[in-house]
Amino acid sequence: MNALIIAAKEIHQAIRNRWVLAATLLLAGLALSLTFLGSVPTGTVGVRALDVVIVSLSSLTIFLIPLIALLISHDAIIGDMERGTMLLLLSYPVARWQVLFGKFVGHLVVLAFATCLGYGIAAAALIAAGSHIDADSLTAFAAMIGSSVLLGAIFVAIGYLVSALVRDRGTAAGVCIGLWLLLVLIYDMALLGVLALDQGRNISATALDALLLLNPTDVYRLFNLTGFANVSTFAGMAGLAQSTTLSAGVLLATLVLWTCVPLGFAALAFSWRQL
Amino acid sequence: MTSTVRVADVTKEYGPVKAVRGASFELGEGELVALIGHNGAGKTTLMKLMLGLIRPTAGSIEVLGDNPAAGQFAGRRALGYLPENVAFDAALSGRETQTFYARLKREPVAKALELLDAVGLGTAARRRVGTYSKGMRQRLGLAQALIGHPKVLLLDEPTTGLDPELRQTFYDLIQRLSGSGTTVLLSSHALTELEERAGRVIIMNRGIKVADGSIDALRRLARLPTRIRLKVSGPAPSESPPWLPAGAAFRRVNGHIIEIDAEPQRKIELLHRVTAAGTSVEDIDLAPPTLDEIYAHFLRQAEETP
Repeated sequence: MNALIIAAKEIHQAIRNRWVLAATLLLAGLALSLTFLGSVPTGTVGVRALDVVIVSLSSLTIFLIPLIALLISHDAIIGDMERGTMLLLLSYPVARWQVLFGKFVGHLVVLAFATCLGYGIAAAALIAAGSHIDADSLTAFAAMIGSSVLLGAIFVAIGYLVSALVRDRGTAAGVCIGLWLLLVLIYDMALLGVLALDQGRNISATALDALLLLNPTDVYRLFNLTGFANVSTFAGMAGLAQSTTLSAGVLLATLVLWTCVPLGFAALAFSWRQL
Repeated sequence: MTSTVRVADVTKEYGPVKAVRGASFELGEGELVALIGHNGAGKTTLMKLMLGLIRPTAGSIEVLGDNPAAGQFAGRRALGYLPENVAFDAALSGRETQTFYARLKREPVAKALELLDAVGLGTAARRRVGTYSKGMRQRLGLAQALIGHPKVLLLDEPTTGLDPELRQTFYDLIQRLSGSGTTVLLSSHALTELEERAGRVIIMNRGIKVADGSIDALRRLARLPTRIRLKVSGPAPSESPPWLPAGAAFRRVNGHIIEIDAEPQRKIELLHRVTAAGTSVEDIDLAPPTLDEIYAHFLRQAEETP
């Protein structure tokens, strides 16, 4: 109950601060432009237009959603402490985990709203433009939206963990940018480099799977680009899809785990924090 | 009298800095207690300890039956707190802020909103807090602290930024609450304001409680002289008059007025002697030591006995 009151206030604030509007417009704008630019190579008569959109949109999501999520969340604890609002809030009959969980729910609702609306517009636009879309593609698209929200949840949780640990807002922002670069760009490049050097001598398929599970953005990519047969052919991931032993269920469970663990540690760090 | 707040032998260290050292006291229902001391004397630290925002290095605290250091917070429904530099989310209006806090305390929102008028926020309550002046934020801070008729009120420098008129209303409010059984602990620098109102004073110096009691009790303890101002008809004596007991300080203020510092127990004796000596006194003014002087005295004493 307390957590819900706090969640409602976070949503209220996000609407006031135009966070919701900005995030929705950004995602909708990019999704729409990708939808129509993305259909250029396949042509307007191309079959499975939505599958192409899924490939391009999920690649975009990997960059954008973590960034938006970290932008909202890095400030959540340390920012309120520096502004002094946390002091007052914690003098009320609420537990600290309720504060954190309430913020999490609020931020997640904002992110989910922006993602569903922004990406949903793109799908609606395709349908309105008269593309043929079958049930398989729609399922894959819905799974993409769902997993994008989950990816957002992961980075909100990571942002909280950073926010609960650091001493000032500047550090929180710096650490979050570093984490974003690491997880979104550097990790994959390094992995690719290692694989190219190794030439498959030491790193087995299982080891590769484990390495991929260690990065939530890779889990997200695997889930969307290999999980659905039609999509993976467009994504050029058909080969990887066959070699990987990770099922969609395992990938989803990993994404959920990637949310719960940082969130749990954030709650722990916050409960030990002195103001 | 049941005590609502118990502080037992509490020490709080921040690294090498000892913010509070072995402080013990109990606050009872309906007590209006002034917590005074320099900046850094440990006033804010004590309040934060009572709220569980920080944990004591040693000792124990109990507030309304909770142990705040262990994260218990059930009793906080009946607790109001106004931090020293109160801050609110700038995007929300005063009413929205008050509504949010009332919900967290499970108190009726309509009654909480009435408090906004009581502190004189009036029409500004519909504006965003971001546009508020310091005084208006302080009013909103008071309004939220008063939600739900608290049993314990912790007020950290509550009157800074308030205009004199609201200050009066504020003290009236506080005194009414205290009369109905609320424990009020307020820290302040404005000692003259507290003098007539606080039933009890706790003086802190460098984290140590150096005095604790009613102002009268502290006055007796401090044994500070009462200032007696006499207006005499005719020219005031320029030298120490014969009726003055030995050792009493004597000052000539101007042609008609003299000032005598009398020790508390010799006050009456001195007045007898003045009138017996036939000095024609036109007017008399008695000024017992002010809280400022008592405070300074206890600080001096604390510094001399390390």
